[in-house]
Amino acid sequence: MKSLLRSAPPTALFGMVVLAAVAITAVFAPLLAPYGETEVVGSAYQQWTSAHPLGTDNLGRDMLSRMIFGARNTVGLALLTTVLAFVAGATLGMVAALKGGWVDQVLARAVDVLMAVPPLILALMLLAIVGASIPNMIAVISVIYLAPVFRLARAAAMNVVGLDFVEAARLRGEGLGWLVGREILPNIWSTLVAEFGVRFCFVFLFIAALSFLGIGIQPPTADWGSMVKENATLITFGDVTPLIPAAAIALLTIAVNLIVDWMLHRASGLET
Amino acid sequence: MGNLLTIRGLALEAGPRRSPTRLLRGIDLDLDRGEVLGLVGESGAGKSTAGLAAMGHVRDGVRVAAGSVEFDGQDLLRLPRGRLRRLHGRHLSYVAQSAAASFNPAHRLIDQVTEAPRLHRVASRKAAQADAVALFSQMHLPDPGGIGARYPHQVSGGQLQRAMTAMAMTCRPGLIVFDEPTTALDVTTQIEVLGAIRDAVEEHGTAAIYISHDLAVVAQMADRICVMKDGLVVETAPTRTMLDAPREDYTRSLWSVRSFRRPEAEAPAPEPLLEGRGVTAAYGRVRVLHGLDFAFARGRTTAVVGESGSGKSTLARVLAGLLPPEAGEVVWGGEPMEMRLARRGSGTLRHVQMIYQSADTALNPRHAIRRILSRPVRRFTGRRGAALEARVGELMDQVELDRALLDRRPGELSGGQKQRVGIARALAAEPEFVICDEVTSALDQLVAEGILRLLVGLQRELGLTFMFITHDLAVVEAIAHHVIVLENGRIVEQGGRDDIFERPRHPYTRRLLASVPRMDPDWLDRARTRDLQPHA
Repeated sequence: MKSLLRSAPPTALFGMVVLAAVAITAVFAPLLAPYGETEVVGSAYQQWTSAHPLGTDNLGRDMLSRMIFGARNTVGLALLTTVLAFVAGATLGMVAALKGGWVDQVLARAVDVLMAVPPLILALMLLAIVGASIPNMIAVISVIYLAPVFRLARAAAMNVVGLDFVEAARLRGEGLGWLVGREILPNIWSTLVAEFGVRFCFVFLFIAALSFLGIGIQPPTADWGSMVKENATLITFGDVTPLIPAAAIALLTIAVNLIVDWMLHRASGLET
Repeated sequence: MGNLLTIRGLALEAGPRRSPTRLLRGIDLDLDRGEVLGLVGESGAGKSTAGLAAMGHVRDGVRVAAGSVEFDGQDLLRLPRGRLRRLHGRHLSYVAQSAAASFNPAHRLIDQVTEAPRLHRVASRKAAQADAVALFSQMHLPDPGGIGARYPHQVSGGQLQRAMTAMAMTCRPGLIVFDEPTTALDVTTQIEVLGAIRDAVEEHGTAAIYISHDLAVVAQMADRICVMKDGLVVETAPTRTMLDAPREDYTRSLWSVRSFRRPEAEAPAPEPLLEGRGVTAAYGRVRVLHGLDFAFARGRTTAVVGESGSGKSTLARVLAGLLPPEAGEVVWGGEPMEMRLARRGSGTLRHVQMIYQSADTALNPRHAIRRILSRPVRRFTGRRGAALEARVGELMDQVELDRALLDRRPGELSGGQKQRVGIARALAAEPEFVICDEVTSALDQLVAEGILRLLVGLQRELGLTFMFITHDLAVVEAIAHHVIVLENGRIVEQGGRDDIFERPRHPYTRRLLASVPRMDPDWLDRARTRDLQPHA
């Protein structure tokens, strides 16, 4: 692990530092935040003062505290959603590659249908049907993002299922679980991890976008996407406050991508 | 004027400067104009590295530690890149092992073959194309005028290899380096390619370095042979001297590999363990096996030989249960055998085991050897805990591997060690019938011999029945009791080894046998004159 960190280029180190900072903030949010998440502490749109380092928002809540709690909500939900999408997508993809035949056809066509509709429109439609709530949003986004993961996992697994050790396992009469989990997964792991970083950013931005549109994370829960929306009017007065949550989104996205780039580079290199 | 090529004290290294891996450790080579030098040795001996260095090329990450490569009076290793590039393709050219991987699949052959003369402005496009056609016909390619219009995937492997030799010839270079040009070919194709290469080299007076691990092949091509080991030249001598009276022990050990024979004196053939009647199989609509009748005698080795595409591996897949046959039946010890893998009971699964050609893909690179071996032991014998551990250790002993290797991954093992793990995995099931699919083809001769000895020993000890798929007839001669000859999915001949080898009845068997290179520099000439005569 130590040598791994030492071999990381400065860009990746920067990414890791940012990611670690965000993770710590999210975990220790109640300890770090000076005020409560939804606590009204003053009048609306206060200037930056020592009591409220980033001022207050449209309802007079402390901006810094909401940023800190927002890290927890936005990043936590994005992480959960991405993990769900990956577990489902990768499993189905590997099963499709292993089974082939009609299983593969059915799964692949279903995924094609999902991918044929623009994701944002699909999400809006599905959320309109099932109703906007956090569990629903997680489920809907997971399903939407399962599609590209499925395709990637299927393509990567295709290169592995033809190899002799998989055949040897089949000849041993191994079940699907062993084949997927023990024979294939370890060999496509690095590809999936790299993709996970990219997808995490997409999901993160997607949640922020849905929140900005008002059907993602619902008020009064703090999240970075809706915070941009709630305070958008301040921009017309030349105040940069609404850009701070936007900058946080951008910074985290860049940080994750820097790490992913490095991982991709490592995965493409000679690795035993 | 001196030699065409003079290599002096050449040392190459790679890796960290403090503890470099030494690829070549000071080699000297000389090559006269028009001379063919054979480079022989095991993999890792530095043959290919030396061959590339003779062209002034070192791979990325490789450094020249010392020495010089003088070609026609200029030191290639100290030449500026631009000057060297003008020599490459023009005066120095290279023929790689896999022509299929070396041709660009998106361009027609003729455009690729004539690229060098156009690039070096040796000839106009038209003249270059006319010359290419002449070379094609000299390489005995069918339809020399039209074959250039095809794409690489539209011609066979042997034809592609010949087209590549023609490509190397287009500028009439002073030196061509051939790096295992026929290793990937069938014996019957190899003989054509060897003949074509030799004619062309002789006619144009080109000097060549011919790299191969197959001594018999090098013996046909080279005027002199140079044996390499661990980055050093062991011995250099004219071909005949080298074959008749090698000086060094290492050379002699290389030579003796081919003389490995199964110790004889075995009882007459026992009853068959497995019998096939009218076995017919197809991939989709393409029928690959046409009604085969065969038998595998218990405790014996039956070799299945034939060219690629003859259906050898398909037969193995059928018996393994991976490809249910369309028609016919297979009888195992008197009972009909279930041919669908999913329906096979654990008894049948256990009794039929497979050893693969390429140990690299046969072992999961992410699993430690311990896991690779303990899983089948557990599944098939139900051992747990200490009994499992003991059995895994025993398997390692059986295949003569150090138990310390158990915690390594396949990537940390040598090719021969990996193949032994593959054998141990098959033994873990305590099988009766073991399918060996080209198990020695990817290995060096010395290593391959070790594997063959191991298999013969295991057979005697455990009474295993082997189905031995191979295209290498030398291996068949060494270890088989019975031989099945396949051609285009049909059995053309089967019988005892000595019958097949000494009294082959079918013309295809005769052709196959005649195509196996012998350790005799005149073999190619005789084989080709015989080939020109009409088949009996």
